[in-house]
Amino acid sequence: MSVNGRTYERDVEPRMLLVDFLRQDLDLTGTHAGCEHGVCGACTVLVNGRSLRSCLMFAVQANGASVETIEGLANADGSLSILQECFHDHHGLQCGFCTPGMLMTLTEHLRENATPDEQELRVVLTGNLCRCTGYQAIVEAGLDAARRMRAKKEAAE
Amino acid sequence: MSEKYFGASVKRKEDAALLRGKGKFVDDVKLPGMLHACFVRSSSAHAMIRGIDKSAALALPGVIAIITHDDLPEPMRSRRLPLYVPNPNMKQVFMPCVLADGETVFVGEALAIVVAESRYIAEDAAALVIVDYEDLPAIVDPRDAIADDAPLAQAGAKNNIVCNVPVRFGDTDAAFAKAKHVFRESFFMHRGGPFFMECRGVVGQWDASAEKLTMYASSQGSHRFKRTFVDLCDFDENQVQVITNDVGGGFGPKGSFYVEYAAVAAASMLVGRPVKWIEDRRENFVATQQERDQYWDMEVAADEYGKLLGLRGRLLHDGGAYVTWGLVLPWIAATSVIGPYVLPAYHLDLVVVMTNKITCSPVRGAGRPQGCFVMERMMDRIARELGLDRAEVRRRNFIQPAQMPYNIGLTFRDGKQAIYDSGDYPLSQQMALDHTNYPAFEERRKAALREGRYIGIGTANAVEGTGLGPYEGATIRLSTSGKIVLYTGATPQGQSHQTTLAQVAADHLGVSYEDIRVVTGDTNSIPFGMGTFASRTAVNAGSSVHLAGIEVATKIKKLAAELLEVSPDDLELKNGGVEVRGVPEMRKSFRELANISVGLYGFSMKGDRDPGLEATSYFKPEQSTYANSCHVAEVEVDIETGHVQVTRVLVNHDCGRVINPLIVNGQIVGGVAHGIGNALFEHLLFDENGQPLTTTLGDYLIPMATDVPNVDVIHTETPSPLNPIGVKGAGEGGTIAVIAAIISAVENALTPFDAKLTNMPIMPEQIVRIVNGTNKIAAE
Ligand code: FES
Ligand code: FES
Repeated sequence: MSVNGRTYERDVEPRMLLVDFLRQDLDLTGTHAGCEHGVCGACTVLVNGRSLRSCLMFAVQANGASVETIEGLANADGSLSILQECFHDHHGLQCGFCTPGMLMTLTEHLRENATPDEQELRVVLTGNLCRCTGYQAIVEAGLDAARRMRAKKEAAE
Repeated sequence: MSEKYFGASVKRKEDAALLRGKGKFVDDVKLPGMLHACFVRSSSAHAMIRGIDKSAALALPGVIAIITHDDLPEPMRSRRLPLYVPNPNMKQVFMPCVLADGETVFVGEALAIVVAESRYIAEDAAALVIVDYEDLPAIVDPRDAIADDAPLAQAGAKNNIVCNVPVRFGDTDAAFAKAKHVFRESFFMHRGGPFFMECRGVVGQWDASAEKLTMYASSQGSHRFKRTFVDLCDFDENQVQVITNDVGGGFGPKGSFYVEYAAVAAASMLVGRPVKWIEDRRENFVATQQERDQYWDMEVAADEYGKLLGLRGRLLHDGGAYVTWGLVLPWIAATSVIGPYVLPAYHLDLVVVMTNKITCSPVRGAGRPQGCFVMERMMDRIARELGLDRAEVRRRNFIQPAQMPYNIGLTFRDGKQAIYDSGDYPLSQQMALDHTNYPAFEERRKAALREGRYIGIGTANAVEGTGLGPYEGATIRLSTSGKIVLYTGATPQGQSHQTTLAQVAADHLGVSYEDIRVVTGDTNSIPFGMGTFASRTAVNAGSSVHLAGIEVATKIKKLAAELLEVSPDDLELKNGGVEVRGVPEMRKSFRELANISVGLYGFSMKGDRDPGLEATSYFKPEQSTYANSCHVAEVEVDIETGHVQVTRVLVNHDCGRVINPLIVNGQIVGGVAHGIGNALFEHLLFDENGQPLTTTLGDYLIPMATDVPNVDVIHTETPSPLNPIGVKGAGEGGTIAVIAAIISAVENALTPFDAKLTNMPIMPEQIVRIVNGTNKIAAE
């Protein structure tokens, strides 16, 4: 499979979860497991562009797929992406454990929805639990990221 | 010193790594040869263990060892976990031993640890371990536990009573005798667990040649864990190092030392390889400590104006299977009842019982929400009975700013008289009411009602003892590389200590907060530490950083003054060095000074210099500082489904001087979300045999993004006189009063149905019962 643009070939046990494969075999520990029963969303990654819970998927099911994780979000020069930057600016993370899932869920949504409103983002984030922030700063970060992405696009046009 | 960073909403130092997926959580630790553990846990709430058959499990390829209590090394095997918060009022003390020894007292208790090449294999093996139980009757309901003929929660106990002690001041009998009004209420309060997103976990590494134990732990205080290892194993101090890096939330229960940690250490000693154990979410529901049930039977006495004369009654607290936290939680609840109000007389019989459920631990708020709930519900009751506005009754009862410092007449959990140090409670409420246009709400409510919508408003006040001692330390060191490093035992779980403590230090050292490296949670970096709990870090560690900062700055100036042959008073710290004010060419860099300060090999030290440019301070607060808050909540209730939507929350918080508003507001908003869970969603259920029924995040609901409104946070700022930086705690203030405010708002919304709410959480089915007129049982 390809992860963040890099190709990996490994033999895995059929029962190895994708989240464990990423964390243990590939040492990509940025993706977190918060419940392993599909509720918390901390393990969210993008598989072929779609957000999926890597705790509910076997690694073998991602055979040949293109996977994106938090480690792949920053720009090529290592600087933070617009969304990551907005999390930083709005205090969108406290302990940071839910953050990989939040970032991946919002990355997917903002790619397809340039002008989200607050309620829309709250609904999108119902699949991701956060015990620290009360969500407000995460939603603000998402809205601000959408604004900055639009501004960047306009500037480029 | 000019204040550039103290008080500024600077962005967090912590984020750079976490946003890139480069955090260092305990499950990210990978050591050579590391094995993986899982636990065999009790499936019975109370039983004698007649035998544990490991043979089938041991036969599985990849299984290295299965360790039960009898296999543990001495002296760990014959010890129980030490009780660090003793209280003379406790009649009997039961602490757990490492892996159950013959008797198990709650479902989820660790009976054996399985060590294998992978977690997958360890779990397979655990399922093959056969435990022979002889079931005993289990005590589940604390109200049953006090009966004379109640079965015993612990086979060796006299009865189930841990304590039965009056908490009191004033003459309640006289107060009630003269009272115009007396009202009775029974309250049932349940608070769930912490449910941090990162479950617990440790990695243990025993180095047999050095006889040294290294533990990586997801904790709220690595020094406390170290102390327990020292006590359980009779180690020297230097034989144990506990390291806590990033922690995915704590909220109280990660401050406890659990037997699992000792079992992992023992496993590493016995098998000679590093061992990792990461709790899964199901274990988290059955084996991480929780807050739980309290039953309060109370009577309030008031005069004709609604002013309090007395409060009396009984608090029955369900302590769970062991008393790891002594009386801390119910004691805080019992003393937090008073809140910001003048209460002339108080008598509470505090009864704490053992049951066959997981041990109770303080969770964010730690008994304060319950104490607050009792008083605030009583305020609403007085208002209703006397036909007064709810906020007005509170206004009539406030302690006035001129009465500060105010001795409420009780001993707080810090062992000192509860003396409120500062605060302006009338102003706090007035500002909150103004911001929410409270007086206009009744019109809005009636207008909504005409449209068939049920909206309500509620308000609640709390005073919270914060910044508890005994101390927290900080060392600030200028290393010979010129870098400034700050070491502290205060271990964060998301509260941004690295940023806020660097802010406090930076102003003294004339550098940016970004230039200070902050090391938390490594027991090798500073000898003593207490950890993060009781909203104490800003007060304790913050003050220590402030004092150490002053001392280091003084030392730096002294040395530079000698070298530059000027007076220290002419010097200022600036841009990573010291320079003569107005003469920037006369300058010594930190690097140069640090190198000079350590001396030259073999040469005599100059003058009266001590080696190194560093200072350590342990700030010891003489008593708690008392923060306060006023919460206003608005809700809309769907009377068909019983769903409550919290539509607005405003918090006016007073934590004294604010080090970083961005971060403090983040703490408050997050705390409000936790309180919304406690008010409306979170309930840990057990069946009559003590089997937990809520063991997934699908059964036990914590608030989602759509359940939490945008929270307005404002601050009244009355600096505390009790510490040099004037701060009070802020970590729990968002949670405490919001629960009472929301439930008051729900009651207000349900005025047409004459709702009287005396319990928390309020679930949809209860609301539907009220609406249908069938709510016969308010409190379960
Ligand atoms: S770990 Fe996958 S949803 Fe929680
Ligand atoms: S930041 Fe801690 S769980 Fe979201």
